[in-house]
Amino acid sequence: MTILFFKRAIEDFRNNRLLNVVTLLTVSLSILIVSAFVLFFINTSEIMNFWKKGLRVMAYLKADIPGSELLDLRRQIQTLSGVESVIFISKDDAYKQLKAQMKRQASLFDNLDKNPLPDAFEIRMSPSTRSWEKVEFLATQIESRDEVEEVEYGQKWLGRFTQIFDLFTLTGYAMCTIFFMAAVFIMANTIRLVIYSRRDEIEIMRLVGAAERFIKIPFYIQGLLQGALGACIGLAILFVAFLFMASNIERGFFSGLFNIQFLSPLFLGIIILISMLVGWLGSYLSLKQFLKG
Amino acid sequence: MIDANEKSSVIRMFHVHHNYGIQKALIDITLDIPKNDFVFITGPSGAGKTTLLKLLYLAEAVTEGQVLIDGMNLSRVPRKRIPLLRRKFGIIFQDYKLIANRTVFDNVSLVLEAAGKKRRLILKKVRSVLRLVGMEDRQTALPLSLSGGEQQRVAVARALVGDPKIILADEPTGSLDDDSAGIIMDLLKDVHIRGTTVIIATHDKDLIRKTGGRVLFLKEGRLDTSSFVEKDYDNSIF
Ligand SMILES: Nc1ncnc2c1ncn2[C@@H]1O[C@H](COP(=O)(O)OP(=O)(O)O)[C@@H](O)[C@H]1O
Ligand SMILES: [Mg+2]
Repeated sequence: MTILFFKRAIEDFRNNRLLNVVTLLTVSLSILIVSAFVLFFINTSEIMNFWKKGLRVMAYLKADIPGSELLDLRRQIQTLSGVESVIFISKDDAYKQLKAQMKRQASLFDNLDKNPLPDAFEIRMSPSTRSWEKVEFLATQIESRDEVEEVEYGQKWLGRFTQIFDLFTLTGYAMCTIFFMAAVFIMANTIRLVIYSRRDEIEIMRLVGAAERFIKIPFYIQGLLQGALGACIGLAILFVAFLFMASNIERGFFSGLFNIQFLSPLFLGIIILISMLVGWLGSYLSLKQFLKG
Repeated sequence: MIDANEKSSVIRMFHVHHNYGIQKALIDITLDIPKNDFVFITGPSGAGKTTLLKLLYLAEAVTEGQVLIDGMNLSRVPRKRIPLLRRKFGIIFQDYKLIANRTVFDNVSLVLEAAGKKRRLILKKVRSVLRLVGMEDRQTALPLSLSGGEQQRVAVARALVGDPKIILADEPTGSLDDDSAGIIMDLLKDVHIRGTTVIIATHDKDLIRKTGGRVLFLKEGRLDTSSFVEKDYDNSIF
């Protein structure tokens, strides 16, 4: 029985070849664009996380603050929203660290008669503090304290990048929605034309006592097949483009910093399923409209 | 006329009216078709013959009155059960209504596939019914490569393959030459002899005269009982 339905669906494919090819291309293109966005999104958020992990605010303190006040300040910073941990770095620790880092230039330190570095708090942000505004807000709050001399945090360009990234995400969602609807619409239109081209056949099937389900299943199969096939074509094109770009990027500026990756099997599966959903939905809509029974 | 034994009648109509909008196609039809009847519904073009058949297989719903098939009241058949009702019938049309891009075999097997029959049974049934109508050599042909008479034989095979209780034929020979028409009528008489109720709508008086059988006469949507006896031919003429 199932074989029979597939046979009918594939027959339809052949009988309306141009129509089906155009639909397939539309679905592939939609999937290509949407999944290219997803791919970009995944890789950029990977990079962003990489940077954000290292995101910390350094609060350099004025000299000679009594220990009790330090404890107090530390407790207060700890309670600010978005703060994950506060570590005190004494000027002596900082000095040792600096010296260790600059072994080769150790002679530089010989000329210093006293440690020029200030005490500091190293404040790490919780991963949920995604927005740049929160980081900036936190920094101003800390800077307003009397005990704090200066606050230093991430590069300004990272902030600007975050904003662009957010904008991009929003555009991406809008685009995905539009392409989803367009794909459903085009799919529905194709199935509608197929129904139209087969209206005599459908009438005959009804006359010989075929149930609605029996009549409709091949159309659903056709929609699902087109969705799956379109997704595979779109993803294949994306993969080729990815291989091409990845080899260029890894040899270039970013090499070694992080490795860009293709969509995981899970994501590939989800995209194919969504594309099949598009096919199913398209079939459903036109069958609902044109096969009232 | 209705007091025929209820058990033996497959189709009954009680005061049936059918309107297409304001156009009255059938007016106050009351009739009774016993099991294993061979009956012609005749009358001039536009008399309502096609409409009467359509009421039976629920292509149209009655405007007023009752239609009973096998004791089942058609106005109480829910939409979802219409396909089941239609499987009681084998229907034959003047224009054959074969699916153009499917082979002879596939056109006939469709009925059993739709009824969810097993593949092996389908194969066996379709072959035997195609042999019966003399089309076993053309199984893989497409309908349009066949003559009108051959196409109608395929349509008859399709009507018979599900072993229906009732055959409905709407002008089955209307597009055929005399020889082809003769073959079709012989087939219908054969299935009648094997116990099937056969109802044929036709305006062709010669066909009725040649074939023989009971005749119902429709005129402007009414059943004309006055001409009943006069039109009741006997098989012996043949
Ligand atoms: N679908 C329809 N819409 C409107 N009027 C119809 C329709 N079908 C048939 N009629 C009218 O109903 C009457 C009976 O038609 P029909 O049953 O086809 O007659 P017959 O088959 O005896 O020639 C005719 O007057 C015809 O014009
Ligand atoms: Mg007619």
